[in-house]
Amino acid sequence: MRDAVARLGRGVLEALERLGRGHVLLLSILLGLGEVLRRPRLLAEQLFNIGVLSLLIIGISGLFVGMVLGLQGYYVLSQFGAAESLGVMVAASLVRELGPVVTALLVAGRAGSALTAEIGLMKATEQLAGLEMMAVDPVRRILVPRFVGGVLAMPLLAAIFSAVGVLGGYFVGVGLLGVDEGAYWSQMQAKIDFDEDLINGVIKSLAFGVVVTWIALFQGYDAVPTAEGVSRSTTRAVVHAALVVLGLDFVLTALMFGDG
Amino acid sequence: MLVEIRDLCFRRGERIIFDQLDLDIRRGTVTAVMGPSGTGKTTLLKLITGQLHPDSGTIRVAGQDVTQLTQAELFQLRQRMGMLFQSGALLTDLSVFENVAYPLREHTNLSPTLVRKLVLLKLEAVGLRGARDLMPAELSGGMARRVALARAIALDPMMILYDEPFTGQDPISMGMLTALIRQLNDASGLTSILVSHDVHETAQIADYLYVIFEGRVVAQGTPDALAADHAAWVRQFMDGLPDGPVHFHYPAPSLAADLRMRRAR
Amino acid sequence: MPKRRNIELLVGTFVALGLVALFFLAMQVSNFNLKSSNNGYVLQARFTNIGSLKVRAPVAIAGVRIGRVESIRFDAATYEAVVALRIDATVNTLPDDTFANIFTSGLLGEQYIGLEPGGSPDVLRDGDTITNTQSALLLEQMIGQFLFKKAGESG
Ligand SMILES: Nc1ncnc2c1ncn2[C@@H]1O[C@H](COP(=O)(O)OP(=O)(O)OP(=O)(O)O)[C@@H](O)[C@H]1O
Ligand SMILES: [Mg+2]
Repeated sequence: MRDAVARLGRGVLEALERLGRGHVLLLSILLGLGEVLRRPRLLAEQLFNIGVLSLLIIGISGLFVGMVLGLQGYYVLSQFGAAESLGVMVAASLVRELGPVVTALLVAGRAGSALTAEIGLMKATEQLAGLEMMAVDPVRRILVPRFVGGVLAMPLLAAIFSAVGVLGGYFVGVGLLGVDEGAYWSQMQAKIDFDEDLINGVIKSLAFGVVVTWIALFQGYDAVPTAEGVSRSTTRAVVHAALVVLGLDFVLTALMFGDG
Repeated sequence: MLVEIRDLCFRRGERIIFDQLDLDIRRGTVTAVMGPSGTGKTTLLKLITGQLHPDSGTIRVAGQDVTQLTQAELFQLRQRMGMLFQSGALLTDLSVFENVAYPLREHTNLSPTLVRKLVLLKLEAVGLRGARDLMPAELSGGMARRVALARAIALDPMMILYDEPFTGQDPISMGMLTALIRQLNDASGLTSILVSHDVHETAQIADYLYVIFEGRVVAQGTPDALAADHAAWVRQFMDGLPDGPVHFHYPAPSLAADLRMRRAR
Repeated sequence: MPKRRNIELLVGTFVALGLVALFFLAMQVSNFNLKSSNNGYVLQARFTNIGSLKVRAPVAIAGVRIGRVESIRFDAATYEAVVALRIDATVNTLPDDTFANIFTSGLLGEQYIGLEPGGSPDVLRDGDTITNTQSALLLEQMIGQFLFKKAGESG
């Protein structure tokens, strides 16, 4: 019993300490943001790694999610004789929620884990220490471009996800199920507000970009420099990122759409 | 004195690595630090270069106390230091050539032709000019360490710290490396700190030797003086005797006691 | 990893794709281009009951959308709902006896405001109030009245 309490206490302390280290790291990343202007090449490389390499999975997932929304939405809405509202339902779900959230989860799994493993391995093989010995700050040189790349890529990927999803819903709803094409688009346009829905969606995915990349980079940077440590950190990066994205989504949704 | 270490204390958790260590390194010499595996030789190099912070004591390098420097000042100082990591620590996503060029591109504004010339000269010095287009993953351990050496000397530093440069080298490259270390030191007025287990190679090139054990310097002197020393410590280490005051084992209860404990559980 | 030139090309393509997607969402999916009519003018209308009318609901004449509901507030002095309507600037000849109704699109659909122009020579200007209004038809009331009438007929 005594032991269990002690262990719990130690666990809590460790978690708090890690939280503190994470924020210190975020701060030094933010202080080093100017680096990407000095070396745009590094940013391009990271946009490639995080953005371009995630395009395929984001596009395909967006298409299928949109198609499923088309099907499910049609069956529910047609029971109320409101199948013309299908466009609204598909677009609102995508732009407000599914686009930012699913994209963030996919990016955490596809690119976040890769970032963690890369940074963790660089630490384990003393590459980060080597950079420091060459008087190069690894936070600025290695972490900052990855952070900016992740934060910029996320809203673009989410927009692609949502756009492809709206088209997927269109193929199923209008193409297969015979919803009126004019109604699909015009109701959507009437109901989806530029500021309230679209801009808020973009803000959400920017926020998700920050937390997903931050968690991935921190887990790599803080990894125990062994094969096992890096693998643990990689798992932790994906799990933590997913949980934080979902929790943050609730908070942001409550803030943005709560009074609407 | 280029490096002056006074009253250095450092611990890792419960384990005391250094206990009031004093150590001096004269400018322009090759100073070797020897000692059993796990005594903290790598740790010492990391303390000197400011990668680790001591619990107490001072470490002065070129007159500056590295424990008190800001990151910017430390980086200034490190531009004049080269360190050869035990593992090489090459950047795995850059080719051999780019790895050696990295500090040049980072800290100088040399023209590409000049960078190329310098890199090829440094690679020639370690005998790997032909390997310039290989990636680090395509190198053997010994080759990687030589590339790392080329990188460490790229900026013509005032001091180089070698962490076991001889491990994984065949007799030929070993001979070449010892000659190179000595030559670099004498030609450009460099100061070298050499961590190594190879008593013979080290004795050949070092001007001064420190033997550290259990957090303290247990013997020091020129190679000749140490070779003539009759203290049991020194004899055991210099002659490679398995038994003596230095234990080959990490601190532990006696084997018999350990085995009994196992059974009792 | 591909060649440097290729990376830049692919990254450029990726960013362009992302921006196209955002543009598509703005123009085709959201009301961004309807919003450009933001510089129209505002009319007030008072209703005793607005049902479930919402901000941003359409305002239409003859079924054609000409504006939207900008705000809804409650007037504690008269116990009425005051609805502000933003009307497109191009629709600037609404007579001052225009009639405002709250209609429902479809049986359970959203509510919107339908305007029926009257015959007065004077036109409504920015800030004017529409006085002829018809409140929302509440389904519960309609059913209640219907049952009441049926009961009256059979009894
Ligand atoms: N990151 C670390 N965390 C905790 N303890 C460590 C860490 N790194 C090293 N140690 C401990 O510090 C001691 C000294 O390690 P160090 O690497 O300096 O030894 P060394 O003298 O270089 O040995 P070798 O000759 O085998 O390279 C070791 O006993 C090790 O257990
Ligand atoms: Mg070592």
